[in-house]
Amino acid sequence: MAAATARPAAAAPPAHRPTLVLIGHGMVGQRFLEELAERGVTGRTRVVVLAEEPRPAYDRVQLTSYFAGRSAEDLTLTDPEFLARHGVELHLDDPATAVDRRARTVTTRSGRTVRYDTLVLATGSYPFVPPVPGRDSAGCFVYRTVEDLLAIEAHAAGARTGAVIGGGLLGLEAAGALKGLGLRTHIVEFGPRLMSLQVDEGGGRALRRTVEGQGLHVHTGVAGKEIVADASGAVGALELSDGSRIPADLVVFSAGVRPRDQLARDCGLSVGERGGIVVDARCRTDDPAVYAIGECARTVDGLVYGLVAPGYEMARTAAAAIAGREAPEFTGADRSTKLKLLGVDVASFGDALGTTEGSLDVVYADARAGIYKKLVVGADGELLGGVLVGDAEAYGTLRPLTGSVPPVAPEELVVPAGTGAATLGPGALPDDAVLCSCHNVTKGTVRAAVTTHGCTSVPEVKACTKAGTGCGSCVRTLTAVVHDELAATGTVVDPGLCDCFPHTRAELYEIVRTLRLPSYAALLESHGRPQARGGEGCEVCKPVIGSVIASLAPSVGADGYVLDGEQAALQDTNDHHLANLQRNGSYSVVPRIPGGEITPEKLIVIGEVAREFGLYTKITGGQRIDLLGARVEQLPRIWARLVAAGFESGHAYGKALRTVKSCVGRTWCRYGVQDSVRMAIALELRYRGLRAPHKLKSAVSGCARECAEARGKDFGVIATASGWNLYVGGNGGATPRHADLLAQDLSDAELVRLIDRFLMFYIRTADRLERTAAWLERIEGGLDHVRDVVVHDSLGLCAELESLMAAHVAHYQDEWALTLADPERLARFASFVNAPGVPDPSVRFVAERDQIKPDLPLLTGPDLPVRTLEGMFTR
Amino acid sequence: MTSTDPATTDTLTAPDPATAALPGPGTGCAPGARPVPGAGGAVVELHGPGGWFPVCALTALTPGRGVAALLPDGGQAALFRDRTGTVYAIGNRDPFTGAQVLSRGLTGSAAGRPYVASPLLKQRFDLAGGACLDDPEVAVPVYPVRVREA
Repeated sequence: MAAATARPAAAAPPAHRPTLVLIGHGMVGQRFLEELAERGVTGRTRVVVLAEEPRPAYDRVQLTSYFAGRSAEDLTLTDPEFLARHGVELHLDDPATAVDRRARTVTTRSGRTVRYDTLVLATGSYPFVPPVPGRDSAGCFVYRTVEDLLAIEAHAAGARTGAVIGGGLLGLEAAGALKGLGLRTHIVEFGPRLMSLQVDEGGGRALRRTVEGQGLHVHTGVAGKEIVADASGAVGALELSDGSRIPADLVVFSAGVRPRDQLARDCGLSVGERGGIVVDARCRTDDPAVYAIGECARTVDGLVYGLVAPGYEMARTAAAAIAGREAPEFTGADRSTKLKLLGVDVASFGDALGTTEGSLDVVYADARAGIYKKLVVGADGELLGGVLVGDAEAYGTLRPLTGSVPPVAPEELVVPAGTGAATLGPGALPDDAVLCSCHNVTKGTVRAAVTTHGCTSVPEVKACTKAGTGCGSCVRTLTAVVHDELAATGTVVDPGLCDCFPHTRAELYEIVRTLRLPSYAALLESHGRPQARGGEGCEVCKPVIGSVIASLAPSVGADGYVLDGEQAALQDTNDHHLANLQRNGSYSVVPRIPGGEITPEKLIVIGEVAREFGLYTKITGGQRIDLLGARVEQLPRIWARLVAAGFESGHAYGKALRTVKSCVGRTWCRYGVQDSVRMAIALELRYRGLRAPHKLKSAVSGCARECAEARGKDFGVIATASGWNLYVGGNGGATPRHADLLAQDLSDAELVRLIDRFLMFYIRTADRLERTAAWLERIEGGLDHVRDVVVHDSLGLCAELESLMAAHVAHYQDEWALTLADPERLARFASFVNAPGVPDPSVRFVAERDQIKPDLPLLTGPDLPVRTLEGMFTR
Repeated sequence: MTSTDPATTDTLTAPDPATAALPGPGTGCAPGARPVPGAGGAVVELHGPGGWFPVCALTALTPGRGVAALLPDGGQAALFRDRTGTVYAIGNRDPFTGAQVLSRGLTGSAAGRPYVASPLLKQRFDLAGGACLDDPEVAVPVYPVRVREA
């Protein structure tokens, strides 16, 4: 080629683009890919992933939450865009079957052969199934993958009793899942106690008592001897080593896991005596081109780690080594864990079982409350480890103190608060204490994020350090450290609503409720910040107080009509005019159409009104009709027509219930199992007009196909064959969130009662402009706490919440009908105080697609600044 | 509104043809606020193009809320009354969006000075001086107002 001779550079061999093959796409595999991408390796290397499962990496730790209403998709850890952006070739459902290290090739089940320059094994582990006769019967399962879950769920549909073999961490998870599926559940543990690896005898006792208190049957010190199958070959019973027999339609083996090292064995790599691919401190096997990470690896300390945090560390180590960077060596990891099993907090850290010579235990136990706490203390008073069952609050401060002498006596650290307990804050932690063990972030790093990187909030620190973005168990401690540091640097962390009030919205709600103080001016004088008293207040707190008073109106002696007396001056312009202000100063009108059901006659009225007043019409996402372009003085006349035709305010202008969307349900749809339209209308009529910290959206679906998209709503209802499932905390918009299952198979009355309580608890405790999704994420204890409060009445609040809602329902009146009936109230709809009937000449329209649109030239282009509490932002 | 002086409407329907330009933003002109002496029957007057003219009864102003007034030259003012009874008037046009909406904003006070926050994108404007508190380069006109016994 003549051209080649003209360009000497081309004479060199073409740059070799090396290939990296990753076997396994679990949590550690996915993290490894992210670590590679972060170090730029994916840009210069072809990356091929061979995965056994039919779906990309998902959060196996949260597997059980699938039964709490999260879908398999919710669990995913893999952003398809990430794979595409970094050119990662992911082959699902095609496991590697052989490695030829001499030829450097991997062959898969489908016959694919891929050459590699670097091979990474992240094959994970497999569940150990003890050699119990009958273990192959239909109805025997393991608990490891989404596919396992789906199979268990399908089989459980026809089952009444289930048994879990293994009482460790995963066994309890599995037992919780079976219980959630409605099975009478037995746990069979060969060892003397539950979770014997993590907790000691006392902890095991406390755990057992609590677990049994939930109706599970625990058998310890016995093994499964035989699985007795019926004539069809399906599981019927489980015979135990003590000769007893428990009926079981379903058996789950959860007796530990073993590293999946067969591929490595077959190609001659060294494996440990008890399994696990032997690796060095950089996660390299004895073939320098082959690495192993995660649960399949036996690390330099001779251990195989079955926890995700050490796996993530190995992923980082191997990625750094492959990138040719300075790599943190992996020489061992903290095995501390904190989790919630069957609703019980369980944590263990350090030398939890007290195996260090000369160590002594400090124990606090309250058998009645199901609490057990033990600290293991060394001869010199240093904290070596501990076990916390039933109350793991102190985990966040105790674990980082491991290895040091705590600043207060150990016994003070375990007795309950309020009994002279030392309040050992995170301030006592040394700088090298690891706060976030998922990302190995120390307290010193978190402090530096504030002092040298200028972070001024917890979200900023999370983004800067990654701390708290893994399992989330450290967020409380993290928050305390960040706030301490901000305070130390003189940055005031003020939880107050605004410059007028030092209280949060929830606190103001309590003040108004308990003092029966339905007056903004009185509240500002009695509870405002000193410099705000006597002033005008501000545009932040006025609508908040207006909303709180409206929410509580009947029970604190306020008028339910939001625009009377002093309340009138508190409302945002939308509430003030009972319509939504648009960009040119005109308003939109949204009549309520409960459940989206509307008669032809009413449709015609809406059409006639729109035509008569020249309004632009558009169908909303909430199954209603928006009429836009109304001038302020037209609103009463428009509404007079609508009210006469039987319409009511749709509260599209308020922080209030908007719509309850529905599908057509059983009445028409061949799949429907309940009358979703009837329920949607009933709910919309019940909660219409309810003022809340933010808007509320809802939907009712008539079957599991979910056509009404109920799981994208603040409260969503999905029909089941036997009733209704209630989901809460869903959201669309910029931060979509699938709603969580709160309770299932409810009757009509149970459903309404739970929604009453849920909404009132939200209104009582949420922050300003905090949707239920953000509230559920923020509130301490999350969904579990909310369920405890509204389902199990753990705070004894339910009667009050219900009566507040009953008062709301009893006092509801249509705001537009009330307004039209009162000339004084109508006065506010004047265009000009000195020319009430003169149309505002600045509100003009031009035609577009046979309708009107505002004639308003954009002043500053698409970057109009919006003011927020944090300052000016460009949207 | 029922107590609005009919003369006001006369002023509007027969605007002074010699109307001058709107007063410039705040600082140069007379203060935009006057303490209110009494109550009943008082009328709010505004100094706009063509001099003083009555706008509305004092009772038409709810503390903490604004109203819009049409000026003789077709412009618009936003009138407010604070909790102490002081009345203010600024231009009704929100300079950030061009819409005549400031009268529909919520009022507040910062460092003892009352302001209104635009109901559209929430920028705040000092009621006495017209300055935008969130952007020093922006201001709205301020109109002198007074309250007279009818």
